Amino acid sequence: MTDSRYSRWQLWLAQSQSRKGALITLAVVALALLGPWLAPHSPTQMLGSVYGAPVGAAVLGYDFLGHDVLSRLLSGGVSVLWMSVAAASIALFTGSTLGLLAGFSRRRLDQLITWLADVSLAFPDLILVLLIVSMLGRAPWLIVLTVAIAFTPGVIRLARGSAVTVAGQEFVEAAQMMGYPRRRILFKEILPNILTPLLVHFGNMLTWGVGMLSGLSYLGYGVAPPTADWGLMINENQAGLLVQPWAVLAPAILIGIFAYGTNILAEGIGRSRSRIGEKQP
Amino acid sequence: MNAIAGIESRPPVLSNHVLQVRDLRVELPGQIDVLSGVTFSLERGEILGLVGESGSGKTTLATALLAHARRGARIVGGQVEVSGRSLLALAGEELRRARGSLIGYVAQDPATALNPALRIGSLLRETLSAHQVELDSAAQQQRIVETLRDVGLPDDAEFLRRFPHQLSGGQQQRVMLALAFVLRPALIVLDEPTTALDVTTQAHILVTLRRLCKSLGVAAVYVSHDLAVVKDLVDRVMVMYAGRIVEVAQREVLFRQPGHPYTWGLLAAIPDVAQRRDLEAIAGYAPAPGERPQGCAFAPRCPRRVAACSVLEPQLQDLSSTQRVACLVPHFQALELLGQACVLPVIETLARAPLLEIRELNMAYDRQVLFDVSLRVAAGECLALVGESGSGKTSLARAVAGLGENAEGQLRYAGMPLSLASRKRDGAQRHQIQYIFQNPYRALNPRQTVYQTLSAPLEHFFNIKGAAARERVEAVLKRVSLPTSVAGLYPHSLSGGERQRVAIARALVCEPKLLICDEITSALDVSVQASTLALLRQLQGEGLTLLFVTHDLGVVRAIADRVLVLKLGRVVEQGAVDQVLDLPQAAYTRTLLENSPTLR
Repeated sequence: MTDSRYSRWQLWLAQSQSRKGALITLAVVALALLGPWLAPHSPTQMLGSVYGAPVGAAVLGYDFLGHDVLSRLLSGGVSVLWMSVAAASIALFTGSTLGLLAGFSRRRLDQLITWLADVSLAFPDLILVLLIVSMLGRAPWLIVLTVAIAFTPGVIRLARGSAVTVAGQEFVEAAQMMGYPRRRILFKEILPNILTPLLVHFGNMLTWGVGMLSGLSYLGYGVAPPTADWGLMINENQAGLLVQPWAVLAPAILIGIFAYGTNILAEGIGRSRSRIGEKQP
Repeated sequence: MNAIAGIESRPPVLSNHVLQVRDLRVELPGQIDVLSGVTFSLERGEILGLVGESGSGKTTLATALLAHARRGARIVGGQVEVSGRSLLALAGEELRRARGSLIGYVAQDPATALNPALRIGSLLRETLSAHQVELDSAAQQQRIVETLRDVGLPDDAEFLRRFPHQLSGGQQQRVMLALAFVLRPALIVLDEPTTALDVTTQAHILVTLRRLCKSLGVAAVYVSHDLAVVKDLVDRVMVMYAGRIVEVAQREVLFRQPGHPYTWGLLAAIPDVAQRRDLEAIAGYAPAPGERPQGCAFAPRCPRRVAACSVLEPQLQDLSSTQRVACLVPHFQALELLGQACVLPVIETLARAPLLEIRELNMAYDRQVLFDVSLRVAAGECLALVGESGSGKTSLARAVAGLGENAEGQLRYAGMPLSLASRKRDGAQRHQIQYIFQNPYRALNPRQTVYQTLSAPLEHFFNIKGAAARERVEAVLKRVSLPTSVAGLYPHSLSGGERQRVAIARALVCEPKLLICDEITSALDVSVQASTLALLRQLQGEGLTLLFVTHDLGVVRAIADRVLVLKLGRVVEQGAVDQVLDLPQAAYTRTLLENSPTLR
């Protein structure tokens, strides 16, 4: 067992893409985690002039209240990252379980789950999230939950579609014939075979999650000021974009880099996993 | 001069050779040769059978004749001349024109080779206009109608408006033939065109093909893994092994007196419908590209090996004027395939208590596939279910396994009623009735090692875990003649035969009494098939009861005690194997027998 798992890691990292993606993702995560200690100032301390240009003491200049942009940038990553990871994980877990159930049962349960997924897919994601947040409040766990709810139908669709093709294969029929419990068939026979698209989708969801959370902050529904947060920073400083672009650009660039990293990591993992089932030449 | 004489006389050509292949070599990255030193030629109207097991390079050679190599592979040397034009020197537009108009190709599976969005008429017109722009529309129509008639298809406007999915498999393959012949090529390459078809359909296609090649003077290369199929079709046979030609001979010579031990082994491994005999599998496995041993590639598996074999690679040399063999110690005597020496003890099967009894089984999906089928399987016997596709034989087997939906009828197993749904069966019934699937590539979970696959039923049925489970798994792997090191491997690193053995092992580990085998050898090479059948025979000797589903009457003769013939969901004939196959009563059984390829 252990050596097969070890070789799986090796297989993932054998792809240059997943190595590169892992490196970039890790770098951004490390920056976000270690940032608060590296920050030269407190993120909420007003130090300079409003929209002050970059100087020696503040490399990225000052924002709309005179905070040091670099300090806010270093402190503002954790919230958006953990929230997107949490939301994507919850969506992956519930969505793939429901999708597997639907794809394997192919009866009333399938119709019910598919119908629910279709109905919630009909709502635009952001509107759905805004609706819930504006009604129930802006506690971080609530935001995570609503983003996860917005993501789940997509995962259900994907998991169901992939599970249907796998469930028709003979080895699943063999397991049914042996009389294995349903949980075992779902999670041991089918799930490992559809993990590749799900993992790639997870990478995409991380990216969308960061985007959506930043968007929420930008719209004023996410993290409350004066907390430092990349999304919030873009929102707060947009008025001074032409005067002091760094206050907007710096968090936007970091979000972009993180999105790029997670995407090619997911892509690399997807490629290496698809190799496992391949017939060797 | 009358019309027939016109067809018979050949127009004078400078060289009679339509195809000249010299020193063809195809490589994978890293200078690993998949094909090397291939030299041969074909005359007008000559049909060459290209035979070998999977991995022998026969499909690589077939596509190389069209100057094409699959992804990763490259044609690095040699010449392919068709009607005097060197194909490998062409590129781009010229090559595209040569393919099709000089050399046609018919793929294995017509269902995926035909564009499902185009009507038959459009397919043919498109093919013509892509290659012969100068034909006017009347002549074009004339050509299409002629070709359709030639390949034995209707030529009316209604047929031309049909889509590929509205045709049967045999008709689809005839359309493929028409698409190749409509351009009147000099050479046509066929890659196992009848493997996916029933024996009756196959026999008709083969007759059509031979007639067309002879009447139109088109040379053909017919790729097949089955010597029995090519026997009546071809003029010459070329046997390939590990990317080399090991034997080329006139058809009669090759089947009477094969020179190469590999050809000898292939012929001895083919089950014959006419008589039961012991099938001899070729020991070992063919080397993968890049793992060719020094000297003769076949030497490690060869019973006639001498010391020089592992030093020197033998070249093709004349054995006679009609036979060339690449072997240091070729056979010189005629091949004699002996019938089974010991006659099996006649079992009074029906007198014994039946292990499985089926009464009036009916089954329907969107149409009814089984009509009131009743049968009994006695303990310890092997009952073969025979029929063409659509006969309901697989539906019947699946119903017994508890996988059939919408089945109605009564099953009794060992005197007890047996439910038609596997969910409602008890544990004992579940582990005693085991099913082996047709396709070994989809029967094993690709994400589980062989050990995981084999130990799961142990834990599930008998609650055996840990060291005891490992012991059992190793024992069962030995029983199916696999090394115990296989346990740590994933299915993708196993060959088709090895996978099928693992699937059999998965059934055996459940300690079954009734083993249902659904066409389990149809995806395997003949020599692997022979060893799989021998394994099943041995298991039957150990007391196992077999329900063997197949379309191959040769396999039936080799393994079954009794046979039951199904046609369109109804039983048309049943009885002891020798009785049914030697003295068939039903007309349908006779047709099946007549169309089954045989070696004599």
